[in-house]
Amino acid sequence: MSAQLSGILFQLFQSLLVVAIAPLLLGWVNQCRAWLQNRSGAGVLQPYRTLRKLFHKDAVIAHNASPLFRVTPYILFSCMWLAAGVVPVLATDLPFSPAADVIALVGIFALARVFIALAAMDIGTSFGTLGARREMLVAFLAEPALLMVFFTASLISHSTQLPTIVEALAHTQFTLYPSMAFAAIAFVMILLAENARIPVDNPTTHLELTMIHEAMILEYSARHLALIEWASSIKLLAYTTIGFALFVPYGIAEAGNWAALPLALIALGVKLVAAGAGLALLETISAKMRIFRAPEFLGTAFLLAVLGMLIHFLLGA
Amino acid sequence: MEILWLLGMPLFGGIFLATVGCRRFAPEVNAVFSFATFIAAAVLTTRIINDGPITAFDEQFFIDSFNVFLVALTAFVAFTTSLFSRPYMRIEQHHGRLTINMLRLYHSMYQLFTFTMLLALTTNNMGIMWVAMEAATLTTVLLVSLYRTPASLEAAWKYFILCGVGIAQALFGTILLYFAAERVLGPGGDSLLWTHLNAVKTQLEPTVLSLAFVFLLVGYGTKVGLAPLHNWLPDAHAEGPTPVSAVLSGLLLNVALYAVVRSKVLADGALGTNFAGNLMMGFGLLSVVVAAFFLSRQKDVKRMFAYSSIEHMGLVTFAFGMGGAVATFAGLLHMTVHSLTKSAIFFAVGHATQTTGTQLMENIRGLIKQSPTIGWGLMLGTLAILGMPPFGVFASEFLILTTAMHSHPWATPILLLALGVAFASIFAKVQPMVFGETDLPRLPHPPALVPVFVHLALVLLLGLFIPPYLAGWYQQAAALLGK
Amino acid sequence: MSVSLSGQLINLLAALLLLIAFAMLSQRRVLSLINLFAWQGVVLTISTLVVAMSTQQQHLYYSAALTLVLKVIILPWILHRLIRKLNVKWDVETLINIPTTMLVGIMLVIFAFNLALPITQLAGTITRSTLGIAIAIVLLSFLMMLTRRKAIPQVIGFLAMENGLFFAATSATYGMPLVVELGIALDVLVGMFILGIFFFQIRETFDSLDLRHMEKLKDE
Repeated sequence: MSAQLSGILFQLFQSLLVVAIAPLLLGWVNQCRAWLQNRSGAGVLQPYRTLRKLFHKDAVIAHNASPLFRVTPYILFSCMWLAAGVVPVLATDLPFSPAADVIALVGIFALARVFIALAAMDIGTSFGTLGARREMLVAFLAEPALLMVFFTASLISHSTQLPTIVEALAHTQFTLYPSMAFAAIAFVMILLAENARIPVDNPTTHLELTMIHEAMILEYSARHLALIEWASSIKLLAYTTIGFALFVPYGIAEAGNWAALPLALIALGVKLVAAGAGLALLETISAKMRIFRAPEFLGTAFLLAVLGMLIHFLLGA
Repeated sequence: MEILWLLGMPLFGGIFLATVGCRRFAPEVNAVFSFATFIAAAVLTTRIINDGPITAFDEQFFIDSFNVFLVALTAFVAFTTSLFSRPYMRIEQHHGRLTINMLRLYHSMYQLFTFTMLLALTTNNMGIMWVAMEAATLTTVLLVSLYRTPASLEAAWKYFILCGVGIAQALFGTILLYFAAERVLGPGGDSLLWTHLNAVKTQLEPTVLSLAFVFLLVGYGTKVGLAPLHNWLPDAHAEGPTPVSAVLSGLLLNVALYAVVRSKVLADGALGTNFAGNLMMGFGLLSVVVAAFFLSRQKDVKRMFAYSSIEHMGLVTFAFGMGGAVATFAGLLHMTVHSLTKSAIFFAVGHATQTTGTQLMENIRGLIKQSPTIGWGLMLGTLAILGMPPFGVFASEFLILTTAMHSHPWATPILLLALGVAFASIFAKVQPMVFGETDLPRLPHPPALVPVFVHLALVLLLGLFIPPYLAGWYQQAAALLGK
Repeated sequence: MSVSLSGQLINLLAALLLLIAFAMLSQRRVLSLINLFAWQGVVLTISTLVVAMSTQQQHLYYSAALTLVLKVIILPWILHRLIRKLNVKWDVETLINIPTTMLVGIMLVIFAFNLALPITQLAGTITRSTLGIAIAIVLLSFLMMLTRRKAIPQVIGFLAMENGLFFAATSATYGMPLVVELGIALDVLVGMFILGIFFFQIRETFDSLDLRHMEKLKDE
């Protein structure tokens, strides 16, 4: 088997894997939250059941919906899939990895966001517009912060290519990077905001005072909704794996190295379980904040990311 | 040994006066301690004049002709002020503005303040000097707020915060100085000794020293009252009791400037340029101009004379900044005469405000009729501080101006203009205060105006004739500082 | 302790100090501000200890002990007592524009970095790279003092500035001579006592520790 073919197979495996396990991660987070809140919970497989249920329903679409409204779920899903597929989850030098430039990743996420915001306004309901506006409010603060986090990591490895960053961090002698500690805190805050988690948004309620993401997708049903939900879970997985790649890249394999695959899988599993539990814990201990505090929250994230970068210059580390 | 006496007296006095509380004799005890300190200073001074510079206690203290002259001046003004404060504070107590406990605090802090001033002057260690300067702020902050009026509390708070922040800059400057010194002298406490630093000043890293000097100038300059860092000064002078205003103007500003000049000697040695001098000239000139133009807008008499202090400290800073033997000589002379004159003025103003019960100048009238001594004291003091011949201020200002004309001609018109504005505004305001009409009662205790006339007589003497040993002493100090 | 590891550790602690400085800048509650100040003292103690261990400088152990006693125990204790006695425990400073303050703070960090650069290049200590952070802490504390309108936060800013200076001394020169450090500690302690008295005077006169009452003395 040639190295190239092996690499492609590896890439294929990873891409399918991320799509498959994304709802599992979401289920795990929800389950952990249930446990932490002294509830028994619906089980880690509940997101799959929801997806199956939604796929079996008949879609209802508003009369005045434009084609944009119909294609958005597919665009969203493919964007997220692409993003999660190119992030070095299991291996570093995948065939698609040249695409895994951090700036390009931010661009892919932005593309998805533009489409869902447009689709939300497409029907013309007030909730959709409200959700879209709030989403944009969060996004315009979160995106520069995310870029700053990436730049901090790039300064250490002198590259904006995620695989190169991972290589630089994972395969050199262990060093304490204060700048990366700042970036990590900032990244977690951005992750919470971008994935509509508490304290910025609450994915389980439909209160018009607080909802952001849910407000945008109120008009969707059946398979469209299923795709959007699935895409959201992939987005969460993509963010989580980007976090792993930047801050705890240990245990990652090289493409084509099938022997290292089991180890990489186990490492990924452990990291996801831990991250999911941590995310649930964070969501449990923090309270949902007022929507107008969100800019302050993200401003802090931005500040931390910038500080991380400054500290890199100050300390050279 | 004299140093031990010199520092021990006020320290012990401060503790003693705090523990025994405020008895009837406390003001006299205060004066006795100040007198003992002055005697110690006088003995020390004669020794330095005869034997030259000395170091003491493992080089922790260092006295040369520059600081011994300030030690003598400080001890003298502290002594005369304690004489003045004796009846002054009794009258304040009589007026019900002060309680027994406040007086106890006042006397104790007065001695401790003298201690910190003398420590800052005599110590050889730049770090200890910083500690003493900060301690000086701490001891006076409660004195400024002694009356517990809203305005005095505000003034004290401003004083504490601004000087605290300023002095923090000086600490950073000291750290930088130590950083530069450590590379030449090695680590340890001795690297901050001024004599050691002075010996190796040419080897100190110029970039670090220039940075250190900027911080030291800004830090100690805040306490000198250099514009634009002078905001605390008029408030603290106006709202505190008058003896405190007198020692702030007469002592603290001088000692802070002393710290700046000591740093300048090191910076000059390391840099070999006139960087430090230019900075000081800039700050000095700015202070003179700013103070002169603020003078005309004052309504409060103590506030006005506080601005006059800023003006004169600016002038001295400018003189030291010019450097050279003549300018430094003039600077030293001006420091002396300003201290003496300004404290005399504050003594007179203190009694004047007590008689009229207000510090607002438009309400103070006819002092000469009510109490000729106060009136003449204020008038003569004002004439002296405005640089009228034959007082000493004229001599020193004349020297400063002629030196400036010679080496920095562009600065002379600015200085002259500022001095003219200051003259016009102060004289126009003091004249009706002294010669106007009045019908006010006399004071319950006789005012202590001997210090006023002693000071003014000395200033007059220095204007007419500088005794040869004093001149020699100034010249020694000037040679030490001037390049 | 190996030099490279302790160097990294000191860098991490320095970063933590900077973070605490920013946290103080954005903290509105007096109580949390005091706790942050105590934490700053803790981190400062640890970093001094790490420097002491890696460089075998005897006097740094003393200054670490001094920091621990003064800045972690005594000063926060006095401050806690003060806010309890003055009934300002739940005081909230409402007039801070946090985003703007933060942006100015970032500018200050950049400025501090440039200021420290020439000194850093000359220093031979393992801690030299943290000097920029030390200056930044000083400037940030200064900014904090400027943005506060209440007396106690201003004082905490002042004390935090002293912490920054202490850190600067440690990073540039392994600390000032012991006698100077003792003198500084004494000044800080005495200053705190005097301020304690002063707070009571202010409250007695103005019925509040809000400094907006104290902006009357001005030259018109």
